Amino acid sequence: MSTATHDTKREAPAKPTTTVGKAADYLDQRTSIGLAVKEFARKVFPDHWSFMLGEIALFSFVVLIASGFFLTMFFEPSMALETYEGEHPANMHGQLMSVAFASTLDMSFEVRGGLLMRQIHHWSALIFMASIVVHMMRVFFTGAFRKPREINWIVGLILMILGLAAGFTGYSLPDDVLSGNGLRITDGVVKSIPVVGSFMSYMIFGGEFPGHHIVPRLFTLHIFVIPGILLALIALHLFLMVLQKHTQYPGGGRTDKNVVGYPAMPVYVAKMTGNFFIVAGVLVLMGATMSINNVWNYGPFDPSPVSAGAQPDWYMLFLEGSLRLMPGQGTEWVILGYTLPLNVLVPAVVIPGILFTFLFVYPFLEARVTKDDKEHHVLDRPRNKPARTALGVAFLAAFIILALAGSNDLIATHFGLSINAITWVFRILFFVGPVFAYYITKRICLGLQRKDRELVLHGHESGRIVRFANGEYIEVHTPLDEQERWLRVNYEAPAPLEIAPKTDARGVKRKGYASDKRWQGLSRFFYEDRVAPVSPAEVEAAHSHGEHDQLNGSERQAVEAGAGTTSREH
Amino acid sequence: MTEKLKHFQRDEDIFVKALAARRHHRMAPVVLLLLALLTTGGIYAALAPSTAKAETVSTADIETGKKLFQANCATCHGPNAEGTDGVPSLVGVGAASVDFQVSTGRMPMQMNGPQAVAKPAQFNEEQTAALAGYVASLGAGPAIPTDEQVDASLGDPSNGMALFRTNCAMCHNAVGAGGALSEGKFAPALWETSERNIYQAMQTGPQSMPVFNDANITPDEKRDIVSFLVEQREGSAGGNSLGALGPVSEGLWAFAIGLGLLIGAAVWIGAKSS
Repeated sequence: MSTATHDTKREAPAKPTTTVGKAADYLDQRTSIGLAVKEFARKVFPDHWSFMLGEIALFSFVVLIASGFFLTMFFEPSMALETYEGEHPANMHGQLMSVAFASTLDMSFEVRGGLLMRQIHHWSALIFMASIVVHMMRVFFTGAFRKPREINWIVGLILMILGLAAGFTGYSLPDDVLSGNGLRITDGVVKSIPVVGSFMSYMIFGGEFPGHHIVPRLFTLHIFVIPGILLALIALHLFLMVLQKHTQYPGGGRTDKNVVGYPAMPVYVAKMTGNFFIVAGVLVLMGATMSINNVWNYGPFDPSPVSAGAQPDWYMLFLEGSLRLMPGQGTEWVILGYTLPLNVLVPAVVIPGILFTFLFVYPFLEARVTKDDKEHHVLDRPRNKPARTALGVAFLAAFIILALAGSNDLIATHFGLSINAITWVFRILFFVGPVFAYYITKRICLGLQRKDRELVLHGHESGRIVRFANGEYIEVHTPLDEQERWLRVNYEAPAPLEIAPKTDARGVKRKGYASDKRWQGLSRFFYEDRVAPVSPAEVEAAHSHGEHDQLNGSERQAVEAGAGTTSREH
Repeated sequence: MTEKLKHFQRDEDIFVKALAARRHHRMAPVVLLLLALLTTGGIYAALAPSTAKAETVSTADIETGKKLFQANCATCHGPNAEGTDGVPSLVGVGAASVDFQVSTGRMPMQMNGPQAVAKPAQFNEEQTAALAGYVASLGAGPAIPTDEQVDASLGDPSNGMALFRTNCAMCHNAVGAGGALSEGKFAPALWETSERNIYQAMQTGPQSMPVFNDANITPDEKRDIVSFLVEQREGSAGGNSLGALGPVSEGLWAFAIGLGLLIGAAVWIGAKSS
């Protein structure tokens, strides 16, 4: 392809000679695809390892599709009962089980490579969700969700939720005890919703739990509906990314009006291809060496047994933890004969509702309290937006505390602690931890910003102490180079909103003042503590009284001669 | 298939008619009553908790056991094993209980805590047998199971799985990897537990564990459970079992190994051009 274009460029319309060239020419004459290829090949992408996190998610999705395709060849989504005749594993021989479970065993023990495929599929699902979450963290902490990318942030969030849904529906398909326990919890959560709960549960399960419909229904969702929407939204996500151009980290010469990086062809095409093989390789390695979800350990679904250590996959663990932390006594209210199970409703519906709402509204909230309608293509360093970074860390703290609470029994056995004590500690931590995390993170950010100011104004400490003829001692500072300074001074530190006074010139109360006041309060929460970037005037001022930290011209020579040094240290 | 079914139905018809003809015989109620009594009696005899069989321990051993007991156990359990305040009496606990507690090192107890934990055994086999003989001589209780009773190769792991998950898995985890109980107590992992000790634990219900007597889970079924647990030690067909702890350890390894390697690779790729 590339040779063909190069040839045509240089020597007018020469006929392509290679096979690939001829094929490309054939295609180009009929579709004009050359234009699109040229456009994309010249697209410039900035380089940073953290920009590859989303790529990991994309490639694990490709592996998920490929391995999932294999699994559908052998899985039978039926809840009809049969007696398992297979010899392996021995503890399942002769057990009564659903066809879905039997086909999972069959796929694992009879189909060549079946167990490997199942394990690759499951590990890919865990890595898919993990890389999505880490990618979201990157986007959040660097402010990549700001205008014009709010829509893509929302698309990404929906992708994340669809990922959860895909994981949940797939996890429940083998119809084993563990996933059945998960479905039972789902049933309970749905039923806890006032008024419509029981109707919804009957609709989902086609009658009373577990019924005979849930596995086929989840199967359709898992292999058709959810991946279909996922694919479409991934396409939209990537299209918007290309359309809006990729964000870049701050640095010399990088502005909101340019993109500094390498062209897609050949640099990124090579890097992406390489990364795809690395992702696929790691996933296959995991699938081949580490067992995952050995459903025959749990046995075919039966509503009565629940084994110790029954937890969902990691991305659902926060819900499990939320349920485990909620005190059960006194939280189930009966009002006029109707039960309001707050012990389920609050941890399983309200708390995740709050967490997800925060993610959905945050970009708009931040734009509102910043009064910001500019386009942003240069990312923020997390320290330069202390309130945002602190809120993000607080959110993560809440999420991690809930996930740990969902593992409280394993923490108890592995660290020799009392499960009751752990539960109480997490109950308190859930409220205290995020506040503490917010405060600490914000202080660290502000501290780092002040350190940056210090550096810009006074330069690096060189460790050289110099004594002047008059007996004064100074420490010599090395000034920052252009790149270092650019990184530290080129950021915005918004101030809290300023609003119009309560009354107008004639003393009449202004409409909308109360609302303005509230927004201003929120804006103060965000920006009251701020460290402004160093202005050029400040740099000038610092340099003008440079005798305290820098040595200039003749003075330096004199000092160096006096001290007997000939070389400057950096 | 349908042919077979019809044949079967026809047979059944003949049987039912014959039964109906004899039902009106005047001796029928008496025969039925006898049958019913025989069945219930027979079932009871088969399922009733077995008492200790005649011990093969000699009187001399019992004497040794008594001395060992008084030197090592009497401080808490009382000079005649009658128990003291907060410490159970050992009269009637049987040899199985003593053998379990002493051979796993749980007794003599190292220190007070949520529960007595296993540690290297303090007595050798002979001493343990003597102690068990002494305690068994105080009152009848479950005997130490024979080697055949705990031979995993004679059990049915499939039935063991079904029994284990209804009776044991809620505390011990689906494959016996252990689990948490309240207030720092725990159901231990069963990977290292000997077949005999597993059997004895079911028989005697040590600490927080309930007793599963022979009426509850028959000796054969107990052996099935042992067989299931021993089979689990072979590991997973899928590779490293990651402790068989389920999704939490899987998630932990997904982050530690999977995402760790991938982010490492991303850093490497990102560093390659700049």
